[in-house]
Amino acid sequence: MDRAATAAKIAALIEPFNKKGVEVTDTTTFAGDLEFDSLTVMDFVAEIEDAFDIIISMNQQAEIENYGQLIDAVTKLQG
Amino acid sequence: MCNGRETILLGTYNYMGMTFDPDVIEAGKQALDDFGSGTTGSRVLNGTYAGHRAVEEALKEFYAMDHAMVFSTGYQANLGIISTIAGKGDYIVLDIDSHASIWDGCKMGDAEVVPFKHNDIVAMEKRLKRIPEGAGKLVVLEGVYSMLGDIAPLKEMIRVAKENGAMVLVDEAHSMGFIGPNGRGVAEDQGVLDDVDFVIGTFSKSVGTVGGFCVSNHPKFEIMRLVCRPHVFTASLPPSVVATACTSIRKLMHAGNKRAHLWENSKTLHKGLRDKGFQLGTEEPQSAIIAVIMPDLERGAAMWEALLHEGLYVNLARPPATPAGMTLLRCSLCAEHSAEQVQTIIGMFERAGKTVGII
Repeated sequence: MDRAATAAKIAALIEPFNKKGVEVTDTTTFAGDLEFDSLTVMDFVAEIEDAFDIIISMNQQAEIENYGQLIDAVTKLQG
Repeated sequence: MCNGRETILLGTYNYMGMTFDPDVIEAGKQALDDFGSGTTGSRVLNGTYAGHRAVEEALKEFYAMDHAMVFSTGYQANLGIISTIAGKGDYIVLDIDSHASIWDGCKMGDAEVVPFKHNDIVAMEKRLKRIPEGAGKLVVLEGVYSMLGDIAPLKEMIRVAKENGAMVLVDEAHSMGFIGPNGRGVAEDQGVLDDVDFVIGTFSKSVGTVGGFCVSNHPKFEIMRLVCRPHVFTASLPPSVVATACTSIRKLMHAGNKRAHLWENSKTLHKGLRDKGFQLGTEEPQSAIIAVIMPDLERGAAMWEALLHEGLYVNLARPPATPAGMTLLRCSLCAEHSAEQVQTIIGMFERAGKTVGII
């Protein structure tokens, strides 16, 4: 799946987690803009992992701060 | 005694009541006299005395396993074993509610860390199946999770882990001495102890002193003594501590009556509190920990204070240490609590709960 298709799929997945309806761009941060706490992160990561059949380890999650980085990482992980 | 009032301690991990056992105390005093106050050295240098070997022998007998290695704390046992067996390029799959010492061990070892939702077998299996072929896999579980006092479905989880070629480490800190026919823990109780590669435990709960350990049947286990940094680069336990631990562990092998009494206490308190209208962490009593769920932090703190006023000490657990942002009053029972004391405790909870307006 290319970056655009991956982005479209993630956009649908993030919607239920975006409780405040924040406008999501590549620079939107999970901790700051979306106010994800650790439990929300776990549930959200699990959704993405299941949807793409990948693992995003905690080590990789530590490198992902914003939405654009997540799309890049998921695109790459599908290899 | 607390603030001049006689207080029942319902917030210790002294599950089996060994801290004031006369034989245990005597063993400690004797070791102090014979071997002094401390070893002032690492286990691999001058810090291994006869007592350290003796307590490791006691652990091997207690668990019926081939190898035992004692650490200076339970925290160091998890830190040391996990960081040594899972290194860069390996994968650790672990429960999201794992103890801090497990998380820190994962971080120190530099393995890829993959958490799954608490006690969720399907989530665990999915993650195991996605790990790249050829990578080392370690599944880390706990027998009893200390915040809610719930146990893990180890039988199914260990089966799934083994089917997927993973090694299994189980932390049985909160179950030793109490759960299982011989007090070996939840894995023993569910009949799967033989499939566990590493059991981690502590002396600071049922054993009644301080220290940590790992027992294992792994044929190459002994190399760990030399390569495990939290084992090597710290002073060993004082002779009096290993002497008390050794005596306590040997007594716990024959503590069937105490185990039965502690179960009675746990069941009575669980039912008593539920009947009074409190919300508890587990449907059924699963361990010696009973977590009473508070509606919010303010009323939780008020309840804690009201209980202390009644003469009862429990532990107040609050976010971020708790799952799902809960505020909990964590009660941990002791085999030395009498049946009457448990009734007294239920009465104290009822009065305090009404004062604070929770029930």
